[in-house]
Amino acid sequence: MSNQEKEPMFSAKIRKIFTTPLGKENPITVQVLGICSALAVTVKLKPALVMALSVTIVTAVSNFVIAALRDYIPDRIRIIVQLVVIATMVILVDQFLKAYAFDVSKQLSVFVGLIITNCILMGRLEAFAMANKPWPSFVDGLGNGAGYGIILIIVAFLRELLGSGTVFGYPVMQKLGVYSLGYENNGMMILPPMALIVVGMIIWFQRSRNESLIEKK
Amino acid sequence: MEHLLNIFIKSIFIDNMIFAFFLGMCSYLAVSKTVKTSVGLGIAVIFVLLITVPVNFLVENYVLKAGALAWLGEGFADVDLSFLSFMVFIAVIAAIVQLVEMVVEKYSPALYNSLGIFLPLIAVNCAILGAALFMQEREYQTIAEATVFGVGSGIGWMLAIVSIAAIREKLKYSNVPAPLRGLGITFILTGLMAIAFMGFMGIKL
Repeated sequence: MSNQEKEPMFSAKIRKIFTTPLGKENPITVQVLGICSALAVTVKLKPALVMALSVTIVTAVSNFVIAALRDYIPDRIRIIVQLVVIATMVILVDQFLKAYAFDVSKQLSVFVGLIITNCILMGRLEAFAMANKPWPSFVDGLGNGAGYGIILIIVAFLRELLGSGTVFGYPVMQKLGVYSLGYENNGMMILPPMALIVVGMIIWFQRSRNESLIEKK
Repeated sequence: MEHLLNIFIKSIFIDNMIFAFFLGMCSYLAVSKTVKTSVGLGIAVIFVLLITVPVNFLVENYVLKAGALAWLGEGFADVDLSFLSFMVFIAVIAAIVQLVEMVVEKYSPALYNSLGIFLPLIAVNCAILGAALFMQEREYQTIAEATVFGVGSGIGWMLAIVSIAAIREKLKYSNVPAPLRGLGITFILTGLMAIAFMGFMGIKL
């Protein structure tokens, strides 16, 4: 224990726990977790950003709580305990959004509730928090939430820019004056199927840059 | 009757869990390697939805909704427990999934073995909780509507996973670019199938 306390809060190991989920161990494109509620909120950047933040907070805090409780949770009922912790956090986030960001909360509709069943949460709790100390688990949660957020924001940026010609509601394409050159918004990008295809493209790009991620035949 | 049929068709094709809302994608991607296991998982999902959606409907209308506790007496008429709905829904789902798991283990060990770890994962399958939350948000009036919606969503989900599994079985023999192999091509195929399913959007029943 004393050995652990001497470890600085931002040691290289902790930094590594934070950065690997951003790229090499990205929850969406590599671990294939949490796609469920991810894609439906990526039509516009704002809800995607709120969703990414909510997931990061919920993942980090529930990772922390479960890691702190890990020695007291009986193995047989751990899934229920994990769900209760996650659900409590999600209820807090949901009530907070309803109080302070009602329009975004309306846009996200059921998808805030669906954070509960987001596989990232269960996956990280099972794989990391049940076997590690609270602080590394907290950082792991932040990292995975951020890795999820990055993909969400890339997808939302592309869909909003190409589909509606705006970024955060700011009419970029109009200001650039491309409409007068005959440019048209691609209405296809707003439709749900394009979220899947954009993620497919991101995976393609990432794996062609990083050969070690390519799946064996 | 016509109204119920309308909900049924709508929940299978137009509001398809996977192609329109991307719910249940995790198990959809993980289990869709062979048709046989995906049929098994699809049936399990339909079964769980068939039970959980009506049960959650009753819970929503007789316990959680604002004023739903009026049947307990005057004093309870203005109790609003709707903020608890996430937790109650997930608890109901987790309990029922546990039950299904025990039944499958007893009566069909082969299916139990092939589904492996994915049966407990149905509890955290977004499609199941998603159906409960959509049921709440769309305010279905009767339990019949809720049940039909649940079954329809399940069938839509099964349709999606079985068709992608069939495609992936054939895909083994085709020459996919190496970085797209596996996950990447599955995403793109799902996107293409979702575009096809959008053809149903215009249907008005």
